[in-house]
Amino acid sequence: MAIKLPIYMDYHATTPVDPRVVEAMLPYFTEHFGNAASRNHPFGWEAEEAVDKARKQIADLIGANAKEIVFTSGATESNNLAIKGVAEMYREKGNHIITAVTEHKAVIDTCKSLEKDGYRVTYLQVRKDGLIDLDELRSAITDKTILISIMTANNEIGVVQPIAEIGAIAKEKGVLFHTDAVQAAGKIPFNVNELKVDLASLTAHKIYGPKGVGALYVRRRNPRVLLAPQIDGGGHERGMRSGTLNVPGIVGFGKAAELCRLEMAQESERMKALVARLNKRLHDGLDEIYINGSTEHRLPHNLNISFAYVEGESLLMGINDVAVSSGSACTSASLEPSYVLKALGAGDDLAHSSIRFGLGRWSTEEEVDYVADKLIRVVTKLREMSPLYELAKEGVDLSTMQWEVH
Amino acid sequence: MAYSNKVIDHYENPRNVGSMPKEDPNVGTGLVGAPECGDVMKLQVKVNPDTGVIDDAKFKTFGCGSAIASSSLATEWLKGKTVDEALAIKNTDIVTELSLPPVKIHCSVLAEDAIKAAINDYKKKQSVAGKGASVVEPASLRS
Repeated sequence: MAIKLPIYMDYHATTPVDPRVVEAMLPYFTEHFGNAASRNHPFGWEAEEAVDKARKQIADLIGANAKEIVFTSGATESNNLAIKGVAEMYREKGNHIITAVTEHKAVIDTCKSLEKDGYRVTYLQVRKDGLIDLDELRSAITDKTILISIMTANNEIGVVQPIAEIGAIAKEKGVLFHTDAVQAAGKIPFNVNELKVDLASLTAHKIYGPKGVGALYVRRRNPRVLLAPQIDGGGHERGMRSGTLNVPGIVGFGKAAELCRLEMAQESERMKALVARLNKRLHDGLDEIYINGSTEHRLPHNLNISFAYVEGESLLMGINDVAVSSGSACTSASLEPSYVLKALGAGDDLAHSSIRFGLGRWSTEEEVDYVADKLIRVVTKLREMSPLYELAKEGVDLSTMQWEVH
Repeated sequence: MAYSNKVIDHYENPRNVGSMPKEDPNVGTGLVGAPECGDVMKLQVKVNPDTGVIDDAKFKTFGCGSAIASSSLATEWLKGKTVDEALAIKNTDIVTELSLPPVKIHCSVLAEDAIKAAINDYKKKQSVAGKGASVVEPASLRS
């Protein structure tokens, strides 16, 4: 079968909507268009019923109660609501928040914004494998600590943090625990009670649902978590998030969550096999390539590799019929290499040389082979023109060379 | 980011990739940039000692497509120029020729620096050999 180009291998950025999800959504644009907050006619009741069903489908995916799901516009809003909502609500108890340097910007920048308002934030470093040190977490907690926010799985390197252990520490110390579970929920088992998570951010578009709809799990028992709303209005979502519900989006989110729950076991085995195939083929064809982040604690569909001596953007240019991401500075708006890869301490040059592969529901073995073979050709060609590769082959230690830094 | 056709052409068919012996007294080598910044360029010129004309130029670049194109173009331009003509090449000439966007101007600056570094290296070798020559300031130090 001929491969359809371009190939999409950037499923961490977003996913296509599953046709089964689209089908579930369609009637809610036209036929059942009601406002879920309209309490006095059947249009509203239908919409509310559909939202309740979706709430249950999402709750089931994460082992929660439907009443603990608060719908938002997406994970950025969920992270803002969780962190700012707790900070504001528990201000009398304390002003200290603990997070990690490798968190998504929606968490880091929210914390930075709170710092301007007098909150104190500890940004935990990560080890070489991308995981936080639990002893460091423990010793960072003070009697002023009100919240720990650590992501479940990282969006760049796919490493999965020890969430159950963090949850246990938070519980023991009486500190609330929020996790950005956007990349993990629906992909790996994630149960808020087993993990002792108090707040979890979710989004539909990473799990084959539509963009523009997300959720925040807010624990109702042991403890009952309170949040100061960040958007005021009609008092929707138990007063935590006002605004007319995006009913078709929510219906799609629910269906997407249900499909993930039912198909996760099978799908993750298929992902593992595809990632292993990609990794092996690349390692067979190239020397000096390095996997970034833990290989043990990792999402099944993620591979992040640095191709030493080759710059990421030029690599992407050579595989322009493949959609992937790079940690190279040249591919980011800020012209800074990936702060996540820098935090691993591997050296900025390896951050510049990295490619993130995100596989997904429609990835095939043929695509994996095509991408691997093309990369091998392009990396080989670029190394032929890389002065760093030449120096390394001459035996020069690049890390001790004096570079003229601009 | 959309690249100009010229950048794509240089990326896909880079001119004059390679290396010449660094020890050769007629070869000047410039190595500029740093791996942690994501750009390193090595540019070499081989000068005919009788005519002062650059007979050959080679490059190797670690960097984005625009960095590769800038250095590839530089080697094309260098061949057949005298050392003094080569020093007159400005980064803005490269920006214009390759239609580089503002975020890629540093690639052209690096290419100009590489040219100057290579020629300075050649001149240094010549002055050691007793011919005397002045050293030229790189583009990145001009304000």
